[in-house]
Amino acid sequence: MLSPRNNPDLLSLLAKSPAIDQTGSIERVARIQTRSLKGAAKLRGLRMALSMIDLTTLEGKDTPGKVRQLCFKAQHLHDQTSDLPKVAAVCVYPSMVGIAKKALGDSGIKVASVSTAFPSGQAPFSVKKDDTLFALENGADEIDMVISRGRFLAGDYQFVFDEIAAIKELCTSARLKVIFETGELDSLDQVRKISDLAIAAGADFIKTSTGKIQPAATFPVVLTMLGAIKDHFDKTGRMIGMKPAGGISSAKLALQHLLLVKEVLGEAWLTNEWYRFGASSLANDLLLQYQKHLTGKYQSAAYFSID
Amino acid sequence: MSNTTWNLDPSLESTALVQIKPQYELFIDGKWQAPLSKTYFDSINPADETHLAKIAWANQADVDLAVRAARTAYTNVWSQLSGAERGKYLFRIARLMQEKARELAVLETLDGGKPIREARDVDVPLACNHFFYYAGWADKLLEAFPGQNPVALGVAGQITPWNFPLLMLAWKIAPALACGNTVVLKPAETTSLTALKFAEICQEAGLPPGVVNIVTGYGDTGAALVAHPDLDKIAFTGSTAVGKQIQKACIGTTKKLTLELGGKSANIILEDAPIDQAVEGVINAIFFNQGHVCCAGSRLFVQESIATQVLDKLKFRLQSIYVGNPLDKNTDIGAINSKKQLQTIERYIQLGLEEGAEIYQPTCELPSAGYYCKPTLFTDVAQSARIAQEEIFGPVLTIQTFRTIEEVVQKANNTPYGLAAGIWTDKGARIFGVSQQLQAGVVWANTYNKFDPASPFGGYKESGFGREGGLHGLRAYLKFPN
Repeated sequence: MLSPRNNPDLLSLLAKSPAIDQTGSIERVARIQTRSLKGAAKLRGLRMALSMIDLTTLEGKDTPGKVRQLCFKAQHLHDQTSDLPKVAAVCVYPSMVGIAKKALGDSGIKVASVSTAFPSGQAPFSVKKDDTLFALENGADEIDMVISRGRFLAGDYQFVFDEIAAIKELCTSARLKVIFETGELDSLDQVRKISDLAIAAGADFIKTSTGKIQPAATFPVVLTMLGAIKDHFDKTGRMIGMKPAGGISSAKLALQHLLLVKEVLGEAWLTNEWYRFGASSLANDLLLQYQKHLTGKYQSAAYFSID
Repeated sequence: MSNTTWNLDPSLESTALVQIKPQYELFIDGKWQAPLSKTYFDSINPADETHLAKIAWANQADVDLAVRAARTAYTNVWSQLSGAERGKYLFRIARLMQEKARELAVLETLDGGKPIREARDVDVPLACNHFFYYAGWADKLLEAFPGQNPVALGVAGQITPWNFPLLMLAWKIAPALACGNTVVLKPAETTSLTALKFAEICQEAGLPPGVVNIVTGYGDTGAALVAHPDLDKIAFTGSTAVGKQIQKACIGTTKKLTLELGGKSANIILEDAPIDQAVEGVINAIFFNQGHVCCAGSRLFVQESIATQVLDKLKFRLQSIYVGNPLDKNTDIGAINSKKQLQTIERYIQLGLEEGAEIYQPTCELPSAGYYCKPTLFTDVAQSARIAQEEIFGPVLTIQTFRTIEEVVQKANNTPYGLAAGIWTDKGARIFGVSQQLQAGVVWANTYNKFDPASPFGGYKESGFGREGGLHGLRAYLKFPN
């Protein structure tokens, strides 16, 4: 039963979400995964992927020391290699935003903060609001909020919509990424529905997962979200960003994701303004492959710093 | 990030492990025999028009030798073996084909122009699976037809087309041998090489001489085969025009006949369909193998309420299709099989323009040498337009709109053909409701061009008769005396 709070306009919006066929989605993705990326195009893909990383630490045991080290890594991915791009952002808990902001200084690297009682979202709105305001006051450039999955699955779409819209209102200059935690949603149809809902509620980016739940950024889920972004763009001309997060730990996967973006959305999305990878260990594999490309040899993983 | 396009670098499959002989003879009675005709024809690579090999051109006398070898092998050897023994040979052939999968795939691509991705991921694995599948039936024919006393026919003459050379060979030879028949196979003149490679595999598998014979040549070779009096069966896959000639030639003889002919298959998108997946399905349905597919979904019917959206999405999707060198692992649409076929397709495209349909082709560059055709959409097509009625056998899709299910069923069936159809809808009940009304041998729901050895394939009306694949495919190579 749908919650009586659902506004008719919202219901009619969601009624327009197209059905998603899972088998067809898997096949579409499989096609992309057999693409062969070589030579200069691969190098360019690796550089792109590096520049799109939201270098992430989201642990209960995070400390200022840990965050400062991560911020150094963000600015110095591998100084032995010249002319490397910097990552897009560092993503931390609200309590660490101030530390990260200071550590990153004027590097141009953004500070993204998870918020709204990440990762579960199980808190009163007042807490979520304070959580977000705290991150913003400490200088967060981007807010990665989680949706209330329980409410969404219970059909209380209006609640989820209002929550996103309210947080968006707080983000006057910050960009808002909305995390769906697709591993807790039931089907690709649901993924499409929440994508349409979040975009309508004001999301600047839509993001698959918190990284705390498996499965996370699977290809069919990402494809479904890209489809929503494409349809929204075709209808309104407004671009929405995409951030897969969780489980993308190899260069190969990252490059396949970029090829998916290229074919489904087009190349306009292939910049860190519109596309991010939420990842903690992806950078080192990208660097390893980058070095392989430059030198023709695989280096020991010990040559790349673990932060 | 720079604004220039992120183009993929060439990623060519190596041809190093493929050895093409300068000249191929006929494979008769387990040996390579120079043609009595003393003539040869050239096989070229349609991707760049380079010469690949000289191939023997069998005449009547050569065909006669081949049929005699097959008859002798049938009488003396193959019909004396138990089903289990025949099965062993088929399993051995299947395994050898798997071992040589990469080589076969590259050869298929070089000879026929199809993308290596398809040869590698579709043609060759499916061909192997057909041998595995029918190998399993060889000793179970009594169980397949309980109480019906199935008996082999004898010698089968088989003629295969150029669009899926090895796969169609497998569809024909695997069930024939499993049922206890011997065969004389004539591959299409533009794509003989994988059949000749298959002959080498038969030798390597120790298949008794004469059980499989390969006679290469043009249509006259095929005609000689069809006319041969000592055949018990003709199996043909190809055009409806040639199929009709073959049927006439078989009148008054005891030859059993199966024909798998042309098509103009309808792909129907209803307004509640999963649109993105339907669009992808339409792309696969018509552009798979350059549209050289007898069951290609060459007529698209879209419900009017979603027609604009579907068309926009199709056009956008076409921009990310890679057309070019079939050996490139990223190529989606390779080379048209022959110059003659390219001319046919171009003639139909011209006809579509003359008929007033609106054309759309993506902005992609085609290689300077070789035979290539851009993927092509025609909109504003009427049911009475020739491009919507005749089989083009190329990457050309006609798009029509409809209002009601009744209307689309009528239009979909309004064709002399009846090979396949596709239906796209999110409603399970509609799948059954519509597909039961479609006159087509295969109806795919929310997918297209799916093949499995266990699933029979064949047509209605002028798309032919008889079934290949599955249990039904055995029936085409057996008689039931009581």
